Amino acid sequence: MGEKVLMKGNEAVAEAAIRAGCRLYFAYPITPQSELIEYMSRMMPKVNGTFVQAESEIAAINMVYGAAGCGKRVMTSSSSPGISLKMEGISYIAGAELPAVIINVQRGGPGLGDIQPAQGDYFQATKGGGHGDYRLIVLAPSTVQEFADMAGSAFELADKYRNPVMILSDGLLGQMMEPVDFKPHKTEEELEELGKQHYDWCMHPNEDEPNHHHHEINSLEIDPLVLEKHVIHLGEKYDEIEKNEIRYEEYNISDDNDVLVVAFGTAARIVKSAIDELQEEGKSVGMIRPITVWPYPYKAIADRITSKIKKVVVFELNLGQMVEDVKLAVNGKIPVEFLGKVGGILFTPEEAKTKILENI
Amino acid sequence: MEVIAQRPKSLRDIQFTYCPGCTHGISHRLIAESIDELGLRNKMMGVAPVGCSVFAYKFFNFDMAEAAHGRAPALATGMKRARPEMHVFTYQGDGDLAAIGTAEIIHAANRGEHISVFFVNNAIYGMTGGQMAPTTLPGMKTSTSPYGRDEKDIGYPITACEMLSSLKAPYFIERVSLLSPKEIIKAKKVVKKSLQFNKENRGFTFVEFVSTCPTNWGLDPIKARDWARENMFPYFPVKNFRDKSLNGGE
Ligand SMILES: Cc1ncc(C[n+]2csc(CCOP(=O)(O)OP(=O)(O)O)c2C)c(N)n1
Ligand code: SF4
Repeated sequence: MGEKVLMKGNEAVAEAAIRAGCRLYFAYPITPQSELIEYMSRMMPKVNGTFVQAESEIAAINMVYGAAGCGKRVMTSSSSPGISLKMEGISYIAGAELPAVIINVQRGGPGLGDIQPAQGDYFQATKGGGHGDYRLIVLAPSTVQEFADMAGSAFELADKYRNPVMILSDGLLGQMMEPVDFKPHKTEEELEELGKQHYDWCMHPNEDEPNHHHHEINSLEIDPLVLEKHVIHLGEKYDEIEKNEIRYEEYNISDDNDVLVVAFGTAARIVKSAIDELQEEGKSVGMIRPITVWPYPYKAIADRITSKIKKVVVFELNLGQMVEDVKLAVNGKIPVEFLGKVGGILFTPEEAKTKILENI
Repeated sequence: MEVIAQRPKSLRDIQFTYCPGCTHGISHRLIAESIDELGLRNKMMGVAPVGCSVFAYKFFNFDMAEAAHGRAPALATGMKRARPEMHVFTYQGDGDLAAIGTAEIIHAANRGEHISVFFVNNAIYGMTGGQMAPTTLPGMKTSTSPYGRDEKDIGYPITACEMLSSLKAPYFIERVSLLSPKEIIKAKKVVKKSLQFNKENRGFTFVEFVSTCPTNWGLDPIKARDWARENMFPYFPVKNFRDKSLNGGE
């Protein structure tokens, strides 16, 4: 603690995951997240952990499924095309209610796209992606420090709700270096506690009769009435998550705000500079930065639509995905404007400033 | 009273979902008996596939995971790595293992994962109603090869034991058949041997069962048995392909 280390986001989140008790990691290389898998390949053997370079992202997520079924803290990471391949496994993990952490260091798409930062996987992460009625808890960092800190919170949320959690990052946060303050490693005792927390449902060594257990790690329910119950139960769990876990940052929010900005991740980071400059020029702009993009801070946005605010401006690194959620929050009360950049291109603070000024 | 036959402890008191004359039940029993005899039940985990044996996760009496179609070897990899103190097997059909899950089985075998794989080859997709499998024989009619499998168009059946034998890591590979009591007794020995190796964490073991699917072959169980002997044996020879315990180990 205390001493900051200068690190790439990809490496920082890997280090933080290990410190949070992750001892199993399965993945397949892809740019711009390869430093993450490389870091894990170096560090896991040093903590008696497991690192396996899988034959594909499909295999990696299914290794995660198997290890998560054993109740252990397990993680995988990839970038956009690889995340698409993981969607089958993510749906099964959600259906079987297993805790697991998945990191997406997004790049430009669709298809092979490019290897520059983008936010084009927002829909996939927050609205489904895989088949069936399920939700991922999705955390969106905007600094390397926050990216690293999210490893710990992702595991805690995954364990608490027995649900997969995704950290929706991007190539910029993965590749850039910033000083990071790490939490201490879990102690042996803490690791042992963590290992036992899921004993009532996970796969683990058995005892003899009469205590012999038979635990099923499973998403199949062939009887529609049983499946109905299961999916309703999932729905109630998601309601609970929406009630308890919405996180967002308020930046320069005040009653003087003329415009409200909504942006997440790297986009929010760029807009912050624009907001600071505008403030110096006497223009008050507030921003809500969703930290959980699911569950989404609809109410936090709705509550900021005061009579003084005439417009909401949304910035994203895509053609306009989160803006749909902002529109839901604003509910037609005032216009919602949008600036997006695609193809792995970032907008500059100047472009953000211009866009905001157009709407003051 | 002396009990001379009873349900193995490793099977739960649940009715199988298999058709009369199906060999899935026999393979389950051989695996369960071997696990009991090796005293492995309390440290065993299994992975059920997608196929007729999808409910295997209910049948075996220890912790079980149900995989997505073809992904059982990847799950088993995660399970064994997460709980090295336990023992893991997968149970997979030919569509599951030799079509959609080809990458997973080859790479689990190639890593020499310390797991046992039981492969049920019935030359057809049972669960979905008799479509062509990667192991369907040349000329064999199925609901998606209504004119018979044309190997010029769709290729030859995949021989899993032979394919995996080209890899260096697997510890034990053998093909057995379940077509008569004598063959079943022989198969039991092979199943038990593979699980014994598993118990000793020696490496990747693979046992293929030449099986029948009377329902989708459209034959009664006796005719299905004869058909398998005549048609499957030439293509899928019953024999040992690899046993690293011989020749003083590796
Ligand atoms: C991703 C996916 N594709 C297709 C299916 C449909 N499906 C279920 S079982 C099966 C074939 C199983 O055949 P096999 O592995 O030979 O096992 P058997 O039923 O013969 O025992 C298929 C295609 C599925 N469940 N999931
Ligand atoms: S369809 Fe074939 S493989 Fe499936 S249970 Fe019936 S006989 Fe067995």
